[in-house]
Amino acid sequence: MHAKQLRFLIPLLSLLSTLAVSSLIMALANRDPVMIFGKMIHATFGSSYGTGQMVFRMTTLLLVGLAAAIPFQMRLFNIGAEGQLLMGSFTAAMIGAMLPPTMPPFLAILLCSLAAMAAGAFWALLAGSLKVQFGVNEVIATIMLNFIAQGITGYLLTYHFALPSTVHTAPIATAAAIPTFDKVTGWFANAPANLSAFLAIGLALLLWIMLFQSRFGYEMRAAGSQPDAARYGGINAGVQTLTAMGIGGAAAGLGAANIVLGYKHYYEAGMSDGIGFTGIAVALLAGAHPLWIILSALFFGFLEYGGLTVNTWIPKDIFMIIESMTIILVISFTALGKRFS
Amino acid sequence: MAVAVRLSAVSKKFGSFTANNNISLSVEEGTIHAIVGENGAGKSTLTKMIYGMHLPTSGELSIKEKAVRFTSPREAIKAGIGMVHQHFMLVPELSVVENIILGHEKSGLFRPLPLESAKALIRKEAEAYGLVVDPDAPVASLSIGEQQRVEILKLLFRHAEIMIFDEPTAVLTPSEIDRLFITLRALRDTGKSIILITHKLDEVLAVADTVSVMRKGEIVGTMPGSSVTKEELAHMMVGRSVLLSVSNPAATPGEIVLAINNFSYRTTRGEWKVQNLSLNVRGGEIYGIAGVEGNGQSELLQTLWGLAPEGTIISGTATLKGESIIGKRPGDIALMGISCIPEDRLRHAVITEYTVSENLLFGRHRERSFHRGIGFNNPAIKRYAEEMIADYDIRCSSPESQSLASLSGGNQQKVVLAREMNRPGITLLILAQPTRGVDIGAIETIHNKIIEARRTGIAILLVSSELDEIIALSTRIACIYKGSIRHEFSQEEVELKREAGHKFQKEIGLHIT
Ligand SMILES: Nc1ncnc2c1ncn2[C@@H]1O[C@H](COP(=O)(O)OP(=O)(O)OP(=O)(O)O)[C@@H](O)[C@H]1O
Ligand SMILES: [Mg+2]
Repeated sequence: MHAKQLRFLIPLLSLLSTLAVSSLIMALANRDPVMIFGKMIHATFGSSYGTGQMVFRMTTLLLVGLAAAIPFQMRLFNIGAEGQLLMGSFTAAMIGAMLPPTMPPFLAILLCSLAAMAAGAFWALLAGSLKVQFGVNEVIATIMLNFIAQGITGYLLTYHFALPSTVHTAPIATAAAIPTFDKVTGWFANAPANLSAFLAIGLALLLWIMLFQSRFGYEMRAAGSQPDAARYGGINAGVQTLTAMGIGGAAAGLGAANIVLGYKHYYEAGMSDGIGFTGIAVALLAGAHPLWIILSALFFGFLEYGGLTVNTWIPKDIFMIIESMTIILVISFTALGKRFS
Repeated sequence: MAVAVRLSAVSKKFGSFTANNNISLSVEEGTIHAIVGENGAGKSTLTKMIYGMHLPTSGELSIKEKAVRFTSPREAIKAGIGMVHQHFMLVPELSVVENIILGHEKSGLFRPLPLESAKALIRKEAEAYGLVVDPDAPVASLSIGEQQRVEILKLLFRHAEIMIFDEPTAVLTPSEIDRLFITLRALRDTGKSIILITHKLDEVLAVADTVSVMRKGEIVGTMPGSSVTKEELAHMMVGRSVLLSVSNPAATPGEIVLAINNFSYRTTRGEWKVQNLSLNVRGGEIYGIAGVEGNGQSELLQTLWGLAPEGTIISGTATLKGESIIGKRPGDIALMGISCIPEDRLRHAVITEYTVSENLLFGRHRERSFHRGIGFNNPAIKRYAEEMIADYDIRCSSPESQSLASLSGGNQQKVVLAREMNRPGITLLILAQPTRGVDIGAIETIHNKIIEARRTGIAILLVSSELDEIIALSTRIACIYKGSIRHEFSQEEVELKREAGHKFQKEIGLHIT
């Protein structure tokens, strides 16, 4: 079979079998899967508010998906999107709160977004440089850095920056807020979906160009595929590792644009809700391809929000099972596909 | 006589490309059956079908007259088929005996491994087939020839009756080749059937009972090994007469380009791989280094391309027109005007999952003429790729979409040769085993190109374990042994002795062992 066909077939097969298995689980829980999925579709694609909720989730998922995908092109596992997103969000909230209210919105948003990206990149680069300098496994480093990020943001929030008797920081300057679609175009009635969705999609396009159309991506993919050959070909694998991690971290950090600048307008304890980890699933389902990730993020956005809407019939935990099962199925099908190609 | 393997009208297609077309062939029991043919003729594909790695698109395969349909090598192994791949499938950290029983531990989970019985087998087979190897040695410490013996022992341990060898001699030294042939004959004499793929026609004539010639996916002839000559075989393979030796007009060397002085190399484990080696290569000459693999050639080449691992201790100097090479990175060395074809090209010189075009670019992707914006100038690359493909006769169906991995072994080699021989503005060309794995037609082409490059004034450093090649091409010849140059033949000597061919080989042989 051809690699090209497999590329489409594997995610499709994984999706179909996920649906099959999740239907089975629902049936076992004495629920009618057709009814449940019907309700989910109705509550998401069928309503403008629901679509907005889905787009809102897609935006963050897309960014944390890219955070896993870009390092993955170098055969690096960035498990740290969660921590990178936390650092980015906290930074964006801090900077946003300090900005003078008279600042032009464009500048304020740019400044906060860049700061968030820088914070995320910095956090990922810590793991990257440990890898390059001392050969520390990036999986372990990024997992540990997740805990450290949680600790730091938690401490700073609780002891220094939380507004009295709340668990969040002071709100950002209104200039730094990214407007919702509702406000600008009237779409997605009242849903938190905001214009940062364009930022996320734009970044995905940009990274696709970087990876597959630029010389830089040619070198990066080569270094990921065959490090020994890359060295012979004059490519510095260490630099490539750092860049891939840095870009991944920056993408995760930009998640702050959606959840802080676009939605909450402050940093709140537990606001990321483990979405960084779902990013790994998003990336895997898309085969780490920056364009497919858009669709994959939308699918997970559907599961996340759709799952919430049918909460009364089927507990959210079932959807955790579905999401995780998708990852396992994708990995298994990919391995199987290798054997047959 | 009984037939061990029979193919009836077997075809294999990859997409729309037919790699094997309507092949009918029988391999008789207890014979050595050689298969020869150009790069890309379909030899490996044919054997991979017998070994269950590819499923035939149509046609029938039978083993000992029983029709079979293997969907994996595991099934082929069960049917008594074994294959020695060119890239050995051994676990370097494990010992010889552990490697041999790997996957076939006939013991319960908590019972000890049958190490003793396996060792007894190794001793027995060593005697019967000349497969001498220390059962307790870790595989990492073995020479290539010894590793191959372990692969053969693995097959014997699995009771393989039909054994496939895909270019087993490409990486062996002449004396190891002789030993392998002793083993192959002994195996045949005990009734095993052997399929042997090779590009070295002398070997075919020396060892094969039957020879089949393949061309463009078809068998164009099968005959007894004793009834053909090398020239006839070559003609059948490529469809024209091949000059079996290249014409090498006298060289007029110029200035010294590469100068190596008192060069020594100590590995991180403290072994001295090269000691006080000195040589120089002039523009317009081919300086050949003859030697058995593992005598310091790899380390010398590594250093010249900036790839010596961290922690190695290097002393002495290596300069290109006075500028030091040691300590520079590969990219900068390329910019100095050096091009290098490394020995292990699949590992070092290509990205196998990249397309053919992308690989023709690899390592040269920093050249301005290939750039446009932040990306590549695709039309320019396409033109360049087409030119290289035509020039080096690289057999591929669609260079822009076909991955390098889908090329035949010899065509993968040609991609690297084409790319490195054509780097613009080079003053030094380093060639390690330049014709390994390519067919005789391609050897002729490549040898001519090397001579041509020399005539333009490029300095060429040629490292090869093929004495034929060293003698045919070199202006001067150095014999390397245990990391030093033991003897150097001057230009006059080489020109004089080249005619003597075989006698000269023997003389060189004395200096390298
Ligand atoms: N997986 C594949 N996909 C597409 N084409 C393939 C694949 N494997 C082999 N081919 C094509 O089939 C042809 C025969 O390849 P094969 O490896 O059998 O040649 P070969 O005779 O062993 O050559 P060589 O002497 O160079 O090893 C080649 O043109 C090759 O490009
Ligand atoms: Mg082959």
